[in-house]
Amino acid sequence: MNSRRKFLRDVLAFLVSGSAIGGVFQILPAKVLAKEAPRKGKWYGFGVSVDKCIGCTRCVEACKTETDVPREPFFTRTWVERYIIKRNGDAIVNTVETKPEGVPDSAADRSILRSFFVPKLCNQCADPPCVQVCPVGATFQTDDGVVLVNSKTCIGCRYCIQACPYGARYLHPRTRTADKCTFCYHRVSQNLLPACVEVCPTQARIFGDLNSVASPLARFRRMNKIHVLKPGLNTEPKVYYASLDGEVR
Amino acid sequence: MTNELYKSLYELLPQITGFIYPNEIEIHWGILVVVYPYLTGIVAGAFILASLVKVFNVKEVQPLYRLSLLTALSYLLVAPLPLLSHLGHPERSFEIFLTPQTSSAMAMFGFVYAWYLMAVLLLEIWFVYRTDLIHWAEGETGAMKWIHKGLALFSTDKSEGALAFDSKALKTITIVGIPSAFLLHGYVGFIFGSVKANPWWSSVLIPIVFLFSAIVSGVALVIFFYMVITPLTGGKINMKCVDKAVDFLFYAVIVDFSLEFVDFIHRIYQSEEEIKILSEMVMSKLFMSLVVIQVMLGMLLPLGIISITKIFKKRFSLNEDLRKMFYFISVLLIQFGIFSTRWNVVIGGQMFSKSFRGLTTYKMEIGGLEGLLYAFVLLLLPLVILAVLLKILPPWKEMREEGKGLNGETTGGLPAPGA
Repeated sequence: MNSRRKFLRDVLAFLVSGSAIGGVFQILPAKVLAKEAPRKGKWYGFGVSVDKCIGCTRCVEACKTETDVPREPFFTRTWVERYIIKRNGDAIVNTVETKPEGVPDSAADRSILRSFFVPKLCNQCADPPCVQVCPVGATFQTDDGVVLVNSKTCIGCRYCIQACPYGARYLHPRTRTADKCTFCYHRVSQNLLPACVEVCPTQARIFGDLNSVASPLARFRRMNKIHVLKPGLNTEPKVYYASLDGEVR
Repeated sequence: MTNELYKSLYELLPQITGFIYPNEIEIHWGILVVVYPYLTGIVAGAFILASLVKVFNVKEVQPLYRLSLLTALSYLLVAPLPLLSHLGHPERSFEIFLTPQTSSAMAMFGFVYAWYLMAVLLLEIWFVYRTDLIHWAEGETGAMKWIHKGLALFSTDKSEGALAFDSKALKTITIVGIPSAFLLHGYVGFIFGSVKANPWWSSVLIPIVFLFSAIVSGVALVIFFYMVITPLTGGKINMKCVDKAVDFLFYAVIVDFSLEFVDFIHRIYQSEEEIKILSEMVMSKLFMSLVVIQVMLGMLLPLGIISITKIFKKRFSLNEDLRKMFYFISVLLIQFGIFSTRWNVVIGGQMFSKSFRGLTTYKMEIGGLEGLLYAFVLLLLPLVILAVLLKILPPWKEMREEGKGLNGETTGGLPAPGA
């Protein structure tokens, strides 16, 4: 009797501790949620050729036209930054779209060392911190590696906005839910290019499947020295930059 | 609604310094998210004060025991409100319980909260008051009789065995309660500390700093309530008790200050890439709330005042009334200090750009759900709840005990610890 009771007690203790430990291990590593790049199927990525960007912001315009992003400058899925590096090392940065009046005549200004444009968008991280922190799973990663927001279940807590190191998210003022670049998932799933890629006049933006050996993105990654934004945060961005300057964060 | 938002954001544009990402102009976690950790901090701190009596047998602060439990409960009941109100879709908040994402620190809040409310606080209060409720119900008529009967869950057992069980249960609950209180507020710190994208928050020390500042704010607030409520209800302040509680407060402030100082030194010494923008923020946008209110008025000044009373109490047997006044000023200053600590963490963490190149500004609204008035309502609501609780579950007898061992039968209180 005693030994049977003891046995049952031990089994119970084992199960309880096992599930507790199992639970902790499931909660702790963010990696559990991140999807490994699948061997088969699509795994979408993006390329940005910094040297090709002329700062025309047609991509921003196309994005706001294609999707439901408000026209105001405080909400955007993609934007273009202008960097002016002075001879003394100072960097002057602004967003091309929000301050169009401040275009300096760089050719005349002798104090300027170099200047360039950097298009920014959601990095569609392979290890997305926004997905990790979403309390209800409204932000998720698709099988082809695109991070999306389900606006029907998002509670608007904005934790994902805080967790994004790249400032790629905003709270949509009408839906009161988080919003971000989707790689134009509605277009991509019909074999169309994202709107910003489609309109870029210099082909500074390249979209494609990272698993494909023949896509323009594969060629882009073969022909350029590649860098990603804030690699130290281990988010493994899938937006790859060619000729990225060290000043860009 | 959206037009107002656009207008206020356009007004912010000229105040931005340097470069920030376009999506960063709007500050997402406003005054309500400042109120939230402030409220939960008080819950945790008040409970720790209560556990001093039960677990660590500090008899002097016995008069504060029930008051601190009721304080913890009234603040805990309000704690989720600021979070709920700031959601874009409060009507979907139940999703956190139904479909929680286990990797999300925020999703676990519901469970930590429910655990703390149900398994710790309500249980402890019930066991503390059970015999009293039975006594009161016996001597009363009308509605109050039934309220007390109902609250006692219609239990009537006053036997020795039942009392012994109450006492044993209380001890167990408190022992479970201490780590739970730590969990509750350490976890609130973790919500911020685990955001690796934000160097102002991302620190392993944040949960611990939150814990100690919680203890500071909770203990200080209970002392404040005790010093206000006792004279109002015609009692006499037990200085032995206040002296002891202020002692604990003093040490908690020192630990809290040291931790924050360590964090500060660490950041300065490491000087990582964000240090420039963070120093700029501290010296400009946060100077008033961080340097002046949090550190000088909220920490160093009360520490100085309490040290003076400690020194002079022994040497010159400092006048009791003067001591009371000093304590009163200190606990008030500490409250302001801790509130601005929360402000500096929450708002400060959003004022600098994650590009580390610029600062934005937080413009608080007055009215509306995210506004100052509503924040005041949320800060005052616990006081209303506490008043009701004090009416239904009066702790007066215990509060007026002169630190003697309490006897369940005569005072209507609980058996003394270990009795």
